[in-house]
Amino acid sequence: MTFRLDTLWSKITLVCLLPLLWVIIDITFDNLGPDPIQTLHIRLGDWAMRFLWLTLLVTPVQTITKWRGMADYRQMLGLYAFFYATLHVMVYLLVDHGLMWQIIAVDILESSYIWFGLIAYLIIIALTISSPKWAKKRMGKQWKKLHRLIYIASLAVIIHYYWQLKGNMAEPLFYLIIILLLLVFRVALWFKNRKFTKMMIPTTRRIKVVSVAKVLNPELSIDLQGPVLKELIIQEVEPD
Amino acid sequence: MIIKTTKAILASEITDPLLFKHRRQIIKGMIGTLLTGAGVKSVLANDNKPTWGDLPKADVLSQSLTVTPAEIVKNHTNYYEFTFNKTDSTSLAQNLPTDPWSVEISGEVEKPGVYHLEDLLSQQSIQEYIYRFRCVEAWSMVVPWVGFPLASLLKMVKPLSSAQFVKFTAIYDPNVMPNQKVNAMLEWPYVEGLRIDEAMHPLTILAVGMYGESMPKQNGAPLRLVVPWKYGFKSIKAIVKIELMKRAPITTWNKFSPNDYGFYSNVNPAVPHPRWSQNSERQLGGRFFMPRRQTELFNGYGNEVASLYSDMDLRHFF
Repeated sequence: MTFRLDTLWSKITLVCLLPLLWVIIDITFDNLGPDPIQTLHIRLGDWAMRFLWLTLLVTPVQTITKWRGMADYRQMLGLYAFFYATLHVMVYLLVDHGLMWQIIAVDILESSYIWFGLIAYLIIIALTISSPKWAKKRMGKQWKKLHRLIYIASLAVIIHYYWQLKGNMAEPLFYLIIILLLLVFRVALWFKNRKFTKMMIPTTRRIKVVSVAKVLNPELSIDLQGPVLKELIIQEVEPD
Repeated sequence: MIIKTTKAILASEITDPLLFKHRRQIIKGMIGTLLTGAGVKSVLANDNKPTWGDLPKADVLSQSLTVTPAEIVKNHTNYYEFTFNKTDSTSLAQNLPTDPWSVEISGEVEKPGVYHLEDLLSQQSIQEYIYRFRCVEAWSMVVPWVGFPLASLLKMVKPLSSAQFVKFTAIYDPNVMPNQKVNAMLEWPYVEGLRIDEAMHPLTILAVGMYGESMPKQNGAPLRLVVPWKYGFKSIKAIVKIELMKRAPITTWNKFSPNDYGFYSNVNPAVPHPRWSQNSERQLGGRFFMPRRQTELFNGYGNEVASLYSDMDLRHFF
């Protein structure tokens, strides 16, 4: 069982590195078109965004299919989003600007579309640093709070994409629709669970808030039947 | 300090593209000899691909620029009538019929009329103009245009003293231009404009070719404007109408988004686009790790054109 999982793990790792291989091949054979650096920006940015979207896809898929084996891969996908975002930033600093810091500083100050990219990247760095299991344990409830910033990051990413365009606004539309669906799913889930909670336990406000927070935990939101939820809430309240 | 650094890097860049250019010229010469024997053909000849031999270089400028490889200039065009993709326009633009072509000149002129392009060209002396072309998207290239001063065309039709502005209108042909057919994004046809003194400036040209050859369709054949100190979108392609006006025309990008794209749109590193900086630009056609170049006021043509705007606040009239 463990062995099979490992194989799948390594297969996914290889697939996740394919976009990088593809980029390297295109650089080697000068296949990036008349503005190769712009092509690189878009290519690496696109992949960072796609992995971020995939990361956000894990919870909905898990909830809908009730398949629990995906949680481990969520971390991995998130780290690949960080990986490609880092390459995207490196191309900007090293290849596009040759580390000419004065020009970089003016460019960032004057380009509002970069601010959104920067916000997203800083969030992704924070999530990456806090992604190891020991960090998760140590941070406790704060971890969940911090990692909810992924929603802010994803919105910043899509604004970053739109904000730098002059022409075709339809280009990022696909990605906009996907991220909206992913976010709407969570809002819908939140509303659904809140209704449940209200029906189940019309007690103090504090308990209600706690229960909502708990349901938003994707790992615990798989079974939403009443009794389970009740149990969770009681468990949550007991330590206080 | 910054300028010095940029120039030092620029100087080291020169070798490679120059070699490239020479190679091109050798091939061009060979092809020219093979195809025509003589090498020189007039644009007036009823030929799809007129070429020019050694064109006289216009003595409007002293600065020397390293020309961008032609393949890059030919495959990196914003021609929104066809597509929003800079490469796809190369093939799509081939659908545009450009022969025969006529240009309507009207408005505040003594001699308005519809002129055949050949008739207009026969009265002009064609020269080569090597200009830096700076796009509002913060990339630039250096193009050896083939053309003539707009001023000498305007003088031919004799503008009245009431003519304060020049309005240019591009072709409207929705049958071959997909984005015109579906009314995509901008208002079609594309319209641009200049103040009369800008239009009469010796740097402002109408181009009919580049790299010693007739204008590729994706680059604006058969007749386009080139105003080197303004962002590229001012240099309208496939012109069918030139009107001399009493008042400033409403131009396409300015109408689409007035806060983003001003009527003047002079290249100015100190005035950023609302969403991105104009302080530096990516030079196309260099080696992969060639860093950005510091953008110059009026795209480096300040000596020639700054006096046109001496009493203007360039932040307000961007």
